[in-house]
Amino acid sequence: MIVNQFLILAAALFALGVYGLLVRRNAVMVLLSIELMLAAVNINLVVFEAMWRTSEAVGQVFAIFVITVAAAEVGIGLAIILMIFRNRQSANVDELDLMRW
Amino acid sequence: MTFVDWVAEPVNWAFLLIGVGMLGAAFRVVTSQNIVHAALYLVAALGGAAAMFVLLSAEFVALVVVLVYIGAVIVLFLFGVMITRAPTGLDVALDNDRKIPAALVALVLFGVMSFTSLTAFQATPVAEVGTPTSTATLAEGFIGRFVVPFEVVGFILLAALVGGVTLARRDLTPLEEEQRRSV
Repeated sequence: MIVNQFLILAAALFALGVYGLLVRRNAVMVLLSIELMLAAVNINLVVFEAMWRTSEAVGQVFAIFVITVAAAEVGIGLAIILMIFRNRQSANVDELDLMRW
Repeated sequence: MTFVDWVAEPVNWAFLLIGVGMLGAAFRVVTSQNIVHAALYLVAALGGAAAMFVLLSAEFVALVVVLVYIGAVIVLFLFGVMITRAPTGLDVALDNDRKIPAALVALVLFGVMSFTSLTAFQATPVAEVGTPTSTATLAEGFIGRFVVPFEVVGFILLAALVGGVTLARRDLTPLEEEQRRSV
């Protein structure tokens, strides 16, 4: 196995996440796309760890940090979306243009 | 390393199989017109990521992904979907009408990233696959060198817990508060 095969897979996953982020209207779907991008980042961290083999497994440690922060982000993000939905009866990001210039 | 050499390694077949399935699932996540299906395809994509971690001998990270993402986060997403959208069936307007510029941005991003990594790490192999990283090594990292980030992450989780409760709670209207006080 070479490093590049994983890096390119992660790049493709990240690009798909960016596409979803730009295209989706529903805020929950935007969060799903962000999860895809975070998974790509985790693959990169783990493959660099497998490449360099640090003594403290730094890459894997940081992958777990990323997973933890992503879990917190999803919880807060969904709470915010729920709040917006309750106030405006819509969770579509293109309808939340109150502060748009 | 030629492509023939690369394909000769059996572990790369597993990589190809998982990778293609994973990318297909990820593609369906961002294109599916049914929100619940998209959330379930995300399970497949993240399961593929966990399988990649196993291939890279990072078993603990793979199990954390299965537990945290597939076990908890997806359930949260399904709850979010069901609360914010009563009819969970087919929806005509799940995407906006800027698909082509978005696809261009994603393609350019993929091109730049893959070009950079191809020129930087031409055929660098993954070192000594098959020797799993022991959980003890990870634990020493967590409570040794990275103890401060570890505590900070714990604080972030606490803040997210409190913040989630505060945000999602419905405040009583003044009338309801009055009624509650009189009971």
